[in-house]
Amino acid sequence: MKVGVVTFPGSLDDVDARRAVGIGGHEAVALWHGDHDLRGVDAVVLPGGFSYGDYLRCGAISRFAPVMTEVVEAAGRGMPVLGICNGFQVLCESHLLPGALIRNDHQRFVCRDQRLRIENTRTPWTGAYAEGAEITVVLKNGEGGFVADDATLDRLEGEGQVVARYLEVNPNGSMRDIAGVANARGNVVGLMPHPEHSVEDLTGSGTDGLGFFTSLVESVWA
Amino acid sequence: MPRVVVDVMPKPEILDPQGKAVLGALPRLGFSGVTDVRQGKRFELEVDGEVTDAVLEDVRRMAETLLSNPVIESFTVHVNDAVEDQPAVTGTAAGA
Repeated sequence: MKVGVVTFPGSLDDVDARRAVGIGGHEAVALWHGDHDLRGVDAVVLPGGFSYGDYLRCGAISRFAPVMTEVVEAAGRGMPVLGICNGFQVLCESHLLPGALIRNDHQRFVCRDQRLRIENTRTPWTGAYAEGAEITVVLKNGEGGFVADDATLDRLEGEGQVVARYLEVNPNGSMRDIAGVANARGNVVGLMPHPEHSVEDLTGSGTDGLGFFTSLVESVWA
Repeated sequence: MPRVVVDVMPKPEILDPQGKAVLGALPRLGFSGVTDVRQGKRFELEVDGEVTDAVLEDVRRMAETLLSNPVIESFTVHVNDAVEDQPAVTGTAAGA
């Protein structure tokens, strides 16, 4: 499969994401924020970083990048889209995902190896995991607190749209320990931790994040 | 040049860590009596020509789509064509 990784001005983890896509067995395709073009990819990753310097609100400017018009349209057709960290913020600002991400409740940037539980394995990005799998991946954010109103949170939990939850420590004040969510259809997933940094033994916290990049084959195109 | 001001504030039910940090700092500096601080953003938009209802409607749409995130923030729009400078704080007022 061809998996596009968008680079915005200020993207930080686009190269790691492309590498993870390759290790996951797919062809990574670099996409540029200023192009109205997805280059024929089958799925899209919005990587982490500080697009547009996090000016205004994280993801608020990127949402209006030309490539996002194409991503929103493709997501509507069911194309798998994964937003990691800043990418998650862009997806929330684009209203592809419910809720919003605000400054960590403790006011500090957090960087740690984070335990997570994968709660929804029916998305194109999480099919490689066993339901309830507990994994450790890198987490690093300053504005990672997931917030939504109670009705939205109840609906997310009731409909199984909570993809991953923090275990042991809630690192940023996210409501109900939510680390990642999916849209109602399940093809769009946002995740605050960084599975793309946890795909090789040489660096990072291990290889627990690899499942996000091997799932596409197993869940969508098998 | 007329100026339209958009004030954006976090909704009351949304945690405001920055406001909390400011609230925590005030007593450490010797300021007492403040019970809560909420931190928001102020946008000053200079507009060409008269501020008509249509202009204000445009500004409201700007506020909804870009300047604020309606999931977590609310906003108010008001016209402010005479932008006054803050008077300098005099030594006697600041010192005591």
